[in-house]
Amino acid sequence: MNRPLTKLAFSLVLLAGACSTSSQQSTQSQSVTLVTHDSFFVTDGIFDSFTKATGITVTVAQGADAGVVLNQAILTKGRPDGDVLWGVDNTLASRAVSSGAFASYKSSALKNLDPGVVAFVPKGNELTPVDVGDVCINADVKWFAKKSLAVPTSLAMLTDPAYKELLVVQNPATSSPGLAFLLATIAHSGETGWQQYWKDLRRNGVQVVDGWVGAYTVEFSGSAGKGSRPLVVSYGSSPAAEVSDDGTSPTVALKDTCFHQVEYVGILKGTKHEAAARKLVDFLLSAEFQADVAPNMYVFPAVQGVTVPPAFATHGIRPTKPFDIPASDIEKNRERWINEWTTIVLR
Amino acid sequence: MDHHRPALNRRVVRLVGFAPAVFLAVFFVWPVVAIVGRGLSGGGLVDVITDPILVRIAWFTLWQAVASTLLTLLVGLPVAFVLARYQFRGRRGIESLLVVPFVLPTVVVGTAFLALLPNSWHGTVEAVLIAHVYFNVSVVVRTLTPVWRQVDGRLTDAARTLGATPWQSFRRVVAPILQPALRSAASIVFMFTFTSFGVVLFLGGPRHPTLEVEIYRRTAQLLDLRSAAALALIQVVCMAAVLGLAGRRPKVAIPRRFVERPTSFNAWVVLAILVPAVVAVLAPLVALATRAGQWRALFTGRPFDALVTSAFTALVAAGIATLLGCAAGVCVNAPARSSRLLEVLLSLPLGTSAVTVGFGLLVAFSGPLLDLRGNRLVIPVAHAIIGLPFVMRLVTAALRDVHPRQRDAAATLGASPWQVWRTVDWTALRRPAALGAGFAFAVSVGEFGASVFLVRRGNPTLPTLINETLGRPGASNNQLGHAMAVVLALLSGGALYVVDRMGERWKA
Repeated sequence: MNRPLTKLAFSLVLLAGACSTSSQQSTQSQSVTLVTHDSFFVTDGIFDSFTKATGITVTVAQGADAGVVLNQAILTKGRPDGDVLWGVDNTLASRAVSSGAFASYKSSALKNLDPGVVAFVPKGNELTPVDVGDVCINADVKWFAKKSLAVPTSLAMLTDPAYKELLVVQNPATSSPGLAFLLATIAHSGETGWQQYWKDLRRNGVQVVDGWVGAYTVEFSGSAGKGSRPLVVSYGSSPAAEVSDDGTSPTVALKDTCFHQVEYVGILKGTKHEAAARKLVDFLLSAEFQADVAPNMYVFPAVQGVTVPPAFATHGIRPTKPFDIPASDIEKNRERWINEWTTIVLR
Repeated sequence: MDHHRPALNRRVVRLVGFAPAVFLAVFFVWPVVAIVGRGLSGGGLVDVITDPILVRIAWFTLWQAVASTLLTLLVGLPVAFVLARYQFRGRRGIESLLVVPFVLPTVVVGTAFLALLPNSWHGTVEAVLIAHVYFNVSVVVRTLTPVWRQVDGRLTDAARTLGATPWQSFRRVVAPILQPALRSAASIVFMFTFTSFGVVLFLGGPRHPTLEVEIYRRTAQLLDLRSAAALALIQVVCMAAVLGLAGRRPKVAIPRRFVERPTSFNAWVVLAILVPAVVAVLAPLVALATRAGQWRALFTGRPFDALVTSAFTALVAAGIATLLGCAAGVCVNAPARSSRLLEVLLSLPLGTSAVTVGFGLLVAFSGPLLDLRGNRLVIPVAHAIIGLPFVMRLVTAALRDVHPRQRDAAATLGASPWQVWRTVDWTALRRPAALGAGFAFAVSVGEFGASVFLVRRGNPTLPTLINETLGRPGASNNQLGHAMAVVLALLSGGALYVVDRMGERWKA
C-alpha cells in the first residue's frame, strides 16, 4: 500500500510543480493579463503596437458574465488571476471599489475623457472608464408602420393600452440590460413611484425572459428570430448592427428610455506587474484602442475625438439625457429593488 | 457470491480504485468543501433553509425533476426497445442522432425550441418538461439498449409459451433484468434535471427558478456566499439520497446469455415508435440549420480555432475519463463496501451546481501552495469529471454481466490471474469502454455550464464561442452562431457514430 501512495504523492507534487513553474515563467517575462467577461471582443492583433512600443505582451483571459468575473476577483483579492480587469460597469462599480480588490491609478490619459464621463470616475481612482453605452428600448419600425401605430417615445407611453403585449424585457435578477432597464424606470418614476409603474406594465402584458439572447433574438420581431414583440430592451447601438446592405436599419432605439452604462477597467491589487498594468490602462484609453470598441463591442468610446463607424453615427444613438443613478445608491438598494420587482412582476 | 473468484484480488482493486478516488477528491470534493466552507463559516444555515421562498423553489426543483425523469423514461423505453430488439438499416445512425440534443449547448437548442413552440408556451413549466425529455432521452436509450440487447429472447419465448401476455412477460422477465440499467439511467436524468440551469432559464423563464438558478444568482450576482452555500448543501444532500436509493444492488443475479436474438421483425412497431422520435429530434435541428449562414467564416479565424480547441479538449477529457472511468468500473464491481461509496462519489459531480464547482475550483486552486489558474488542463479536467460517471456506469454494467464461473473456468484451465482478467474481463470491458469514451468526447464537445465559470486563456471552445456570437446583435452573428452549432452537432454525432461502429467489431 505504501509504494503506490508514495508514487501518487510524488506525481501530485510533480503536477503542482509543473503548474507553478508555468505561472512563474509568466511573472518573469514582461507580460500582463487582462481578465474580462465573455462579451469582450477586440480586433485580432490590436495589442501588437502596444507590445512593439513597450515590450509587454498582453494575454486576454475571459470568464463568464461581468458579475461573475468581478465576484471571482473579489474572492481572490490580493492573489489576483491577472493584472487588469476589464468589465465592471456602473451598476457594479460601488461593490468593486468597496471590496478593496482594485489598486488606485490615475492615468494621464484621463484628461482626454469625454466630458459626460468625467463625473463617473470614482474618487479614489480605483476604476478607469473605458467605454460608454446606453440600455434603451428598441422598436421594430416596420411592425409599427404596418399597424399604423406611432412608435412610443417615452417610458410613460409603455403603460398605455394601445401598446398592450408589445414589450419584452429581461429579468433584472439574471441580466445586466434587465437590471439597467429597471434602474431606468426607478430613475424615471422615483423611489415611490416605480412599483406602480411596473404594476401598470404588468397589467399591460409585459413579457419577461431571462436574458438578452432570449429577448432580442427570439421574442423581438425586428431581429433574426422574427418573434412576436416589436419592443425590446437592448442597447442604443443595436440598430447599427442591424443595418442591411441598402443602409437602412429595421429597428430604432428610443432616446428617452435609456439608462446610461459606463464600463471600467481596474488594476487588480496584488499584481506583480503594476508598472506594466498601468501602461496597459493608458493604452486602453488611447485613440487607437478606443476606435476599436465601437465596431466590436457596440459601445461608444470613453475619450473624445475618436471616430466611430458611419452606421453608429446614423443608427446608433447617444441620448443627451439618459437616466442614471449614483453607483453607491445602486449598490445599497440593488438586492431590495430586485426582490420587490420580483414580487410585483413575477409572483 | 464471494466464494467465486472476484475480478481481481482485493489489493489490486483497492489500488485501481485509488486513482479515480484521488482525482475526484482533488478536483471536486476539495473545491466544493472550500467554497461551501467559506460560505458557512458565518453560520445562519437555519435562516436560509426556512425561508419560505426558498422552500417553494426547492419544492419546484424536486417535482419538476421527478416529473421530467418519469416522462423521459416513458419516452425512452419504447425507443430503447426498438433499437435493442430489432435489426435494421440505419439503426446505428439513429442511435447516434438521438444523442445530439444531449450534447448541444442549451442556448442553441433553446432558441430553436422556442421558435417551434407556440408563443403561449414560452416561459411555462410544460416547455421545461418537454425540453428535459428532449435533452435527456438519449441517456435512457443509451443506457438501456445494450442491456436489453442481451436479454435472451428464449426467456420471453418461454414466458409466452407458459401463457404470459406480452405485458406480463415484460414485467416478470425483461423488467427485472433491465432494472439496474433503468435505475442508473433514471438517476442520471434526475441529476441533470434537478440541477437544470440553462433549460430552466431559457424555456421556463424567470417565473420558474430552480435551486441551481438561485445558487447562480446568489453566488454570481449578489456574492451572497452564505445562502449559496446552504443551497448547495441542500442540493448535494438530495442528490446523495437519490443516488443511494437508485443505486442499490440487484439482489439476485439473473442468468443471461450473450446472444443477440432480434425479435421477429415487425415493421409497424418499428415505424410507429421511431418515426415520431426521429422527427422530434430532427425538428429543432432543422430549425437550427435553417437559421445558419456565413458558412465561409467557419473555416477561418476564431470559429476554426474554437473547433480545434474543442476537439483537443474533448480528446484529453475523453482520455482521462475513460482511463479513470474503467478503473472505477472495475473497482465498483468488486465486492467491497468502499466500492459503493466510490460509485456514489463519482456520480455526485453530475448533480452538483456548476457555479459551486466553478467558484470552488477558483478558491481551492488560487492558494500559495497550488495555483492552477491559467493552466490549460483545467477545462479538460472539468470535462473529464463530467464524462467519468458515464464511462464508469457502462463499464460496471458490462462487468456485472460477467458470470463469476467464467473466471473460475478460465482459472481452472490454467490461466494466470492476469490472463483471466484479460480474456474474461477485458473482453467484456473494451466495448463499453469505447462507447464511454465516445460519450465522454461528445459530452466534452458540448459542455458549456461548467467551463463558463472557469477563466480561460487563449481560444474559447465551440459552445463558448457560440454563446458569445449569439450574444451579439446583427443577422450575420446570429447566422454564424447557428452555423457553428450545426458543426458542433455533426462533430459530436459523428464521434459517437464512429465509436459505435468500432465497438460493433468487438461484440462479445
